[in-house]
Amino acid sequence: IQICKDAFHVSPCSFSSPDSVEDELELSAVRHRPEGLEQLEAQTRFSRKELQILYRGFKNECPSGVVNEDTFKDIYAQFFPQGDASTYAHFLFNAFDTDHNGSVSFEDFVMGLSILLRGTVQEKLNWAFNLYDINKDGYITKEEMLDIMKAIYDMMGKCTYPVLKEETPRQHVEVFFQKMDKNKDGVVTIDEFIDCCQNDENIMRSMHLFENVL
Amino acid sequence: MATGVAAWLPFARAAAIGWMPVANCPMPIAPRDNSKKQDELIILNVSGRRFQTWRTTLDRYPDTLLGSSEKDFFYNEETKEYFFDRDPDAFRSILNFYRTGKLHYPRHECISAYDEELTFFGIIPEIIGDCCYEEYKDRKRENLERLQDDQEENMDLKMPNMNFRETMWRAFENPHTSTMALVFYYVTGFFIAVSVITNVVETVPCGATANQKDMPCGERYTVAFFCMDTACVMIFTVEYLLRLFAAPSRYRFMRSVMSIIDVVAILPYYIGLVMTNNEDVSGAFVTLRVFRVFRIFKFSRHSQGLRILGYTLKSCASELGFLLFSLTMAIIIFATVMFYAEKGSSSSKFTSIPASFWYTIVTMTTLGYGDMVPKTIAGKIFGSICSLSGVLVIALPVPVIVSNFSRIYHQNQRADKRRAQKKARLARIRIAKTGSANAFLQSKRNGLLNDLLELTGTEEDEQKPTQKSISLLESQHHHLLHCLEKTTAHEFVDELIYEQNCLETALQTYPSRSPSVSSHDSSTRTCCSRKRKRNVPLPNTSLHTTHSTHQGPLQELSAIRIQCGDPLSHTASRSNLNLKTDESSRINCKSGRITTAIISLPTPPALTPDGDGLHGPPQRRPPQPPSHPPPLSIQTTTSSAGANIVKVSAL
Repeated sequence: IQICKDAFHVSPCSFSSPDSVEDELELSAVRHRPEGLEQLEAQTRFSRKELQILYRGFKNECPSGVVNEDTFKDIYAQFFPQGDASTYAHFLFNAFDTDHNGSVSFEDFVMGLSILLRGTVQEKLNWAFNLYDINKDGYITKEEMLDIMKAIYDMMGKCTYPVLKEETPRQHVEVFFQKMDKNKDGVVTIDEFIDCCQNDENIMRSMHLFENVL
Repeated sequence: MATGVAAWLPFARAAAIGWMPVANCPMPIAPRDNSKKQDELIILNVSGRRFQTWRTTLDRYPDTLLGSSEKDFFYNEETKEYFFDRDPDAFRSILNFYRTGKLHYPRHECISAYDEELTFFGIIPEIIGDCCYEEYKDRKRENLERLQDDQEENMDLKMPNMNFRETMWRAFENPHTSTMALVFYYVTGFFIAVSVITNVVETVPCGATANQKDMPCGERYTVAFFCMDTACVMIFTVEYLLRLFAAPSRYRFMRSVMSIIDVVAILPYYIGLVMTNNEDVSGAFVTLRVFRVFRIFKFSRHSQGLRILGYTLKSCASELGFLLFSLTMAIIIFATVMFYAEKGSSSSKFTSIPASFWYTIVTMTTLGYGDMVPKTIAGKIFGSICSLSGVLVIALPVPVIVSNFSRIYHQNQRADKRRAQKKARLARIRIAKTGSANAFLQSKRNGLLNDLLELTGTEEDEQKPTQKSISLLESQHHHLLHCLEKTTAHEFVDELIYEQNCLETALQTYPSRSPSVSSHDSSTRTCCSRKRKRNVPLPNTSLHTTHSTHQGPLQELSAIRIQCGDPLSHTASRSNLNLKTDESSRINCKSGRITTAIISLPTPPALTPDGDGLHGPPQRRPPQPPSHPPPLSIQTTTSSAGANIVKVSAL
């Protein structure tokens, strides 16, 4: 990843070392150029043309080449006008930002998409587990699931039918845990998760839903 | 949805995989992208200058000229390009709109030319970006005002059939309209001047003769002055009455400042007429004469400047008030100090604190009459401090007030502008949001309707609702929202329905309520709930649906009845659809209604028919169901309780 930092950074209080003018002038705008097309083609399951289309769209929205969390939330919120998508966008952002550096570059973006759109079912389930596991410790606890669930329900907004109640997310979490937590130890591990999902026809079918997206 | 982020829709849809494991209901089928053609470059030839862009860029905004099929009218077969005979400079910003999603207004462009271009290409100016919006609106308003001024001048020549009253009012307000009005204008002005001069000259002592001491002219030539006064007052009275008669809104006219001035100008004379005989109140009568000087304010009708000054003072009132207040504080302080300082000295003029006020004021305003001077040393010291501080206290706020006034005046104008624009902005954003939400709801209805019609193979073809062909983008977006609905097992509804629902839930406690309540009870279940919250004995016998307790064939497609005719007749038979009648009435069927359909599968006998189909997963017949067993064209959900109820919601 070539990150070319232009050599200007403006710091607010310049009373410190007067001789390091260059440091002070270093602009914090990071310009990011992604790896070459061939490399990305090799690393993901997208064709050249698809990568081109993806990159054009990506760069259109984020001319600097990276998405930070606020932009991400803005973009995602535009798809759900009735509700509040910011919490879920936050979790999504963390799921995409695999190296946890606070910004999603085009590589992260395209890797994530490659898994979601062209990956095997195993990989997709892995990704979903990673999304639910907020602290990335390998276990989904009820609290984590509740956070995720609330975030999803937040996206619905207020005007729903039937009317959303306070305990609806909690109930949904209970249902989920009943289904997934085989050994009833209060957490769902990756194996339980994958096992259970593979036995569920609906989930299996829905995994193939978005394959023709691009 | 801002189509500028259309490029991110695939991402949002892919991210929806994250909902799949927690969803309990099956997901709807994704719309297919049948247009497999590659993205191609389009050449737009605008008066010779060639612009090129991707087809998908233009497709982002399908309701504009370039984004829709309207551009085919401009297609040139020989050169394989789209030719527009328009201004290429203005076209730049229009094409940039497609590229970046933001419309900018180039400042060097003439506003009306730019407007024309926007209209030609089907772009509404309201979406101009924040950076250029204020400029655009300002220029537009200026232009409008300029046009309006022209129009008004033209208007003055026209309008032959105004009645007499309106003509008169117009004559009063705009003296330039007719000669009579001008004459009237000058005559009243003359008489105001005469009246004021008379008042002034009245008091001048004129011509002391030998045997009389100096008398003011008013007392010497009483009759002459009285006649003059009478004449003026008569003119003013006539004018006032005429204005009152001609005013379009008499009440408002009487409350206006100018009319109050008029009244105050002429009233003293009449009161004087009435009161001349009474000696006791002649003192008050004299005072009344003072009010005659208010006639001078009548000049403000003739002078624009006076009006502006009046408005200035009014708007600067708080600053003036502050000046007054601080002055008062300083005066009181210094007067007290001076009084106590001068208390000791004899024959001091500073007899009391109020008496010292006069000294303080005179000193602070640097007038210094000298009728009151301090004699003690302490008094002199404090007196000098007083005069020094007077300079500060008075001289400083005045320029501040002046600049304040100018700043506040401009600021007010700008703030009002911004406020008005902000309201419009927020309204636009809100409309866009509700628009997209409503678009989704509308397409849902249309989609369901179409599917049901498909399902039943309706005979009544003409009752198919007219469906706007929605773009692929929209259908994909709607599919995404649909998946979210499925995940949470709740549906999006609009505000109206939501409020209705809230009302209904509030009234749930009354069992005598219509069946819609019971339907609502049952509707608190999610579409695929495992535990039956309650077995509601629904009085749904009027529903012409077969009960699912009959262990009939695998699929019972019960009555999907398209009722024709009187919409009012639905109340009995569509008990559970009361909540959605509003929506249904908006469907474009000519005269058709669709009732519930229960497609039920073998259910355990414990289940009672649940006729509400308001939130069942809409089951579309999948075009090619690869993994569905052929006879079962309806997806089912298997819950742990084994309840397989698949409901089709109808509208």
